[in-house]
Amino acid sequence: MAWFRRSKESIDSATKKKDVPDGLWLKCESCSEIIHRTVLEQQFFTCPKCNLHFRIGSKEYFSILLDEGTFKESDAKMRSKDLLGFVDTKPYKSRIKDMIAKSGLNDAVRTGVGKMNGIEIGIAVMDFSFIGGSMGSVVGEKIARITQKARKSKIPLIIVSASGGARMMEGAFSLMQLAKTNARLAQLSDAGLPFISVITDPTTGGVTASFSMMGDINIAEPGALIGFAGPRVIRQTIGKDLPPGFQRSEFQLEHGFVDLVIHRKDLKDNITKLLRMMYQCK
Amino acid sequence: MPKVILDFEKPIYEIEQKVEEMKKLGQSIDLTDEIKTLESKLDLMKKDIYKNLSRWQRVQMARHPERPYTLDYIQMITRDFIELHGDRNFRDDKAIVGGFAMLDDEPVMIIGTQKGRDTKQNLYRNFGMPNPEGYRKALRLMKLAAKFKRPVITMLDTPGAYPGLEAEERGQAEAISRNIFEMSHLPTPILVSIIGEGASGGALGIGVGDRVLMMENCWFTVIAPESCSSILWRSWEHKEKAAEALKLTAPDLLQQGIIDRIIPEPLGGAHRNPEEAATILKAVLLEEIKKLKKIPTDKLIEKRIEKYANMGDWEE
Ligand SMILES: [Zn+2]
Repeated sequence: MAWFRRSKESIDSATKKKDVPDGLWLKCESCSEIIHRTVLEQQFFTCPKCNLHFRIGSKEYFSILLDEGTFKESDAKMRSKDLLGFVDTKPYKSRIKDMIAKSGLNDAVRTGVGKMNGIEIGIAVMDFSFIGGSMGSVVGEKIARITQKARKSKIPLIIVSASGGARMMEGAFSLMQLAKTNARLAQLSDAGLPFISVITDPTTGGVTASFSMMGDINIAEPGALIGFAGPRVIRQTIGKDLPPGFQRSEFQLEHGFVDLVIHRKDLKDNITKLLRMMYQCK
Repeated sequence: MPKVILDFEKPIYEIEQKVEEMKKLGQSIDLTDEIKTLESKLDLMKKDIYKNLSRWQRVQMARHPERPYTLDYIQMITRDFIELHGDRNFRDDKAIVGGFAMLDDEPVMIIGTQKGRDTKQNLYRNFGMPNPEGYRKALRLMKLAAKFKRPVITMLDTPGAYPGLEAEERGQAEAISRNIFEMSHLPTPILVSIIGEGASGGALGIGVGDRVLMMENCWFTVIAPESCSSILWRSWEHKEKAAEALKLTAPDLLQQGIIDRIIPEPLGGAHRNPEEAATILKAVLLEEIKKLKKIPTDKLIEKRIEKYANMGDWEE
């Protein structure tokens, strides 16, 4: 985790500051390969040696999936409210405030419209770095709104998920976001519009138990952890170690819950091809 | 007298026992006045204790092992219940039961999670924790109800969806998500009743509906207080605090706009008078069904979706 945080920060600062410091070397946590930042970026933030898909945020996905300069963000300023006056080891209110300051994001999802190889789409991308990509009212509402927008504008919808599940600090409100997002998706589906779900590392809990599993096509990035219960809970339940590869993308492909596992560099072109074959795109 | 007495109920049972003893004694000496005084004291004490339960105490009430379960209510409030089995795909999940039944003159589809009363039954029912095939059976039955325009009644009482290895292999997440998706636009009325524990996605998997009713001594939220405690406080010790923070009781949820109505329970909880609890539940269900049946199906679905679309709050 420490390594991941470090890389995330450097990605952020790299994209924030124009002048990327030269000679910035990063180490792959899987194969220990030392990779130059520029190479990593050219490789869509995947390891050129072992294929490890680094965790990246919404900003990186927008640039990977959308045509340059076409993204128009919606509801960018929406922020979480402390609905229950929730306090654990830290008040939820200050947790949100600190997270916003630290990440430069307003919550765990960014949404909007953009073009993918010329096709107009509605898009939502989650940020795992924001309270574990947890879904509270803001994530639910933004997903629901972009789904509405896709239905009304008659454009396809793409959601890139990365989440530890529902945001406990919003209690039952967070649970209800499963119903809110899926209800809007059901309307989108009834209107005959395509929804492609891209599932990235990790996606578990309430987000797998809602929109991320409801794609007309479910696409996973290689090696992503995808499941309902987390591995720790399952290990506790069964009292045994879990088999290698359990709940990874390839496991989900084998068991029939994702249509495809594809490399990040091929996402854009594959989704474009699918959309063109599925729907009369604008 | 119940076999299981919760800590906070002890003073009540102590006085109740005393009353019983005095009644026995009263056969030889006249204790009418003393008994009356004690009974009125008991009545006040009960009201005081049960009206002022902490959130954690409500959780304990919801888990009371003598509380009526889904099949108990089905038996008490319906007739001609015919249980239907299986998801037509893998197997029959015993943690979810369902079938057609008559609620007075209303043919309905009743589906609910089912706990067991003792260890043997609990193993058979998997402690009321469904596997994916349970959710898929529930969905099959809901679609069957919709086909014949019969209302669906669901009963929620689960500690959660089963977090097992095979449940993951068979797509627990997909099964729950599919049910939520389909229930949101199912073309027939859906009445959800929370009759015990409503834990997270495992409960919501049969818990999306036009009206969500919740019995007085139940809980419903995103995570069980113990699990919340272990994640946020890094210890199981803070379950009381977690229950308080989650605001998971029926009055809390009514205020949050997440449930639509609280169903009162007999004083001391449904387990102290199951027949009375069932009578109240049945009356509410019938009243609600009557109202829902008047709404045209497309209007019903639209209202249902808008209800869920309005849940939550934020700043912008
Ligand atoms: Zn590597």
